[in-house]
Amino acid sequence: MTRHFTNALSNLQSMLGTMSAYAEGALRLSGKAVAELSRSIATEVIAGDTKLDTMEIQIEEECLKILALHQPVASDLRQVITILKINNELERIGDLAVNMAELVENLDSFSDSSIEKMDFSEMLQAACGMVKDALDSLAYHNVTLAQEVIARDEKVDTIHSDNHGVVRDLILKYPAYTQYYLNGLIISRCLERVADIATNIAEDVIYLESGRIVRHRHNMENSNAS
Amino acid sequence: MEIKIQTKKLNFFYGDHQALFENDLIIPTNQITAVIGPSGCGKSTHLRVYNRIFELYRDQRAEGEVLIDGKNILEPDVDVLELRRKVGMIFQKPTPFPMSVFDNTAYPLRLHYKLDKKKIAERVEQSLRGASLWDEVKDKLHSSGLALSGGQQQRLCIARAIAAEPEILLMDEPTSAIDPVATLKIEELMDTLRERFTIVIVTHNMQQAARISDQTVFFYEGRIVEYGETKQIFTNPANKQTEEYITGRFS
Repeated sequence: MTRHFTNALSNLQSMLGTMSAYAEGALRLSGKAVAELSRSIATEVIAGDTKLDTMEIQIEEECLKILALHQPVASDLRQVITILKINNELERIGDLAVNMAELVENLDSFSDSSIEKMDFSEMLQAACGMVKDALDSLAYHNVTLAQEVIARDEKVDTIHSDNHGVVRDLILKYPAYTQYYLNGLIISRCLERVADIATNIAEDVIYLESGRIVRHRHNMENSNAS
Repeated sequence: MEIKIQTKKLNFFYGDHQALFENDLIIPTNQITAVIGPSGCGKSTHLRVYNRIFELYRDQRAEGEVLIDGKNILEPDVDVLELRRKVGMIFQKPTPFPMSVFDNTAYPLRLHYKLDKKKIAERVEQSLRGASLWDEVKDKLHSSGLALSGGQQQRLCIARAIAAEPEILLMDEPTSAIDPVATLKIEELMDTLRERFTIVIVTHNMQQAARISDQTVFFYEGRIVEYGETKQIFTNPANKQTEEYITGRFS
């Protein structure tokens, strides 16, 4: 059983590695489309999402097969469960990349305007960096890196929160471009969600490596204290 | 947590060969404790101390303490017949006596209690119902117990064990000789029996241990390597040897 299981798990890890690279690529490409207000890049991101959806289903089927045939326990069980969860998170990253790309179509109609543009570069860099490091922490079994990723989520939350004020001020200043700024806020929200997903992945890595579920710990500690 | 059985520095010897080493263990009341480990690691030997059944064989001896409800059952003043009534045992291979289903179940009642025929019949029915066997045998109570299927024979043995109204049931690989359907019936039965009895089961089937038990003990070479809640042992064992054993990487 061990040899069969090891082969099946190794194949599953390889499939997730491919999907990770693909999801990360879609996110970076979408970020590029937003930064350059490029319709052609946005179209490329949207077209590529089907591939990610197919991969998600293949990985899920493989996980279910392993669970049914090998009934893994202990670290083997945590490995399969973590892959199943991260698989889902990667598909959501793909969806958010598509959501951002779809907004570019609307944004680029404002590209020649002399109005103040929203700058997503810092947020993009932070969110993409978190996804990359979360996936690296998975690949290299690095709990310290996973913990760093979780700590970085607050920064992205703060930028997104600040963007509400920025958008409000810009709408007051350029009321004719309200739609542009509202779309910008949606992009900000997408990037904030990407950072949340990177945090989820990092939490899953900690569970995988240590067996400790760290999700919602902060909330639970607060409710226990009150 | 109420403690039913506690072993303290339990050692066991087959002649000069020491099979158990300093076993310290707590078995909680009305819970199922699974004992796992590779063949020859001392699981069954450990179990056989709880009702002193090892004393039926020459040159076997236990040292240390085995407290059941706080009383050391290894003390010489212990009534062994009463101990074995209190601590019932089910073996790997079904062991019905060569007598009818009724007489198999009534056997411990006649041995331990002075009951009239009507009372015995009531308790036989009660025990067979308790072992989820009544509906299948109520029309053949006076047929031989040996004529039943393997799974039914094992449930008959459970009925016989619980007829004596024990407090503890020891099960030594009770489903290893029966098919998956009969195994499922025994596992479902164990789930209901835990309300009345403290159960200790030796099993080689990891999934069975994970499915049915509250606590799991991992034995290796006569020592207790790890003991804890089953969900913890099977998701995040603390000991590397336990991890290797339950994931099938043990060498």
